[in-house]
Amino acid sequence: MATGLLGRKVGMTQIYDQTGQAVPVTVIQAGPCHVLQIKTEARDGYEAVQLGYLDKPRRLASRSARGQVAKLDSKRQKRRAAAGVEAGPKPDCEPQRFIREFRVKPEGLQVGQQVKVDIFAEVKAVDVVGITKGRGFTGVMKRHNFAGQRASHGVKKVHRHAGSIGRNTDPGRVDKGTRMAGHYGNERCTIRNIKVARVDVENNLLLVHGAVPGPNGGYVIIRGTNKL
Amino acid sequence: MSRQILDLVEKSSIKPEQPIFSIGDTVDVHCRILEGDKERIQIFTGVVIARSGSGSREMFVVRRIVQGEGVERKFPVNSPRIAKIDVKRSGVVKRAKLYYLRDRSGKGVRLRERRVETK
Repeated sequence: MATGLLGRKVGMTQIYDQTGQAVPVTVIQAGPCHVLQIKTEARDGYEAVQLGYLDKPRRLASRSARGQVAKLDSKRQKRRAAAGVEAGPKPDCEPQRFIREFRVKPEGLQVGQQVKVDIFAEVKAVDVVGITKGRGFTGVMKRHNFAGQRASHGVKKVHRHAGSIGRNTDPGRVDKGTRMAGHYGNERCTIRNIKVARVDVENNLLLVHGAVPGPNGGYVIIRGTNKL
Repeated sequence: MSRQILDLVEKSSIKPEQPIFSIGDTVDVHCRILEGDKERIQIFTGVVIARSGSGSREMFVVRRIVQGEGVERKFPVNSPRIAKIDVKRSGVVKRAKLYYLRDRSGKGVRLRERRVETK
């Protein structure tokens, strides 16, 4: 399976496939991503590849973020070098805005290498992870698709309310997990098995069928799917 | 920035030669129809009463009268299934959407022809 990639949702549009059918697609600007770090079983206890997407101006990056991508001349580093601790390799790129790890085997990847959309060129479907649009405090109709109550027949002031939230004296309490109004959205959401419509390596674009969570411009994680 | 990227993506779905027709034109729309492996062209003739959308999503509505009953079909301008759009006749119209034709019948449906001067 391919490593995965980080990107940004550009927006939705429509294209025509080979049969002339109009297909709704989401355009994702995917990569290029820098390999920032490779975690190994021996050193970190698990295997993973850390990718970074989108350069961040150095003046905005914290010292630790700068130290993550390039060697800094620091007292601590000198002390560690003197003590014989070998620092891991650095990618020598700009600090990155969006950094995530992928729990896959490195498969010949090197720190500092760039990963591009061509890894999905042969892939039929992917999983896309995003942060859904925040909707704030919402009622049960919007949040849980409750039906609400009638417009008339004696219903007063509670047209968008939930009905009963439990039983009477026994059990005498509200069940745990009862769906109620509350904060909705702004949470991580994975859409699995999205068909890949097109891969444009030249412009670093990935087109997938249908919708992807989050606003336009929101960061997304794209990885190969295990649901086929 | 994002608009430019979307335009770039849509460009691949837009026909290189945009068909030229306008509201009020009587057109022949040649649609490709697949029947099994065979491809056939069907022609839908009528008056263009509306255009909507932009880029690869642009659509147009053609209205015609079939056996006294008004029939409207909405087509995507850039669909590969539309082989050709022939303009048969141009009508003089004063608005972008000719929905008022729906309320008319008989002679009222006719549009005055726009004569294009040719040198």
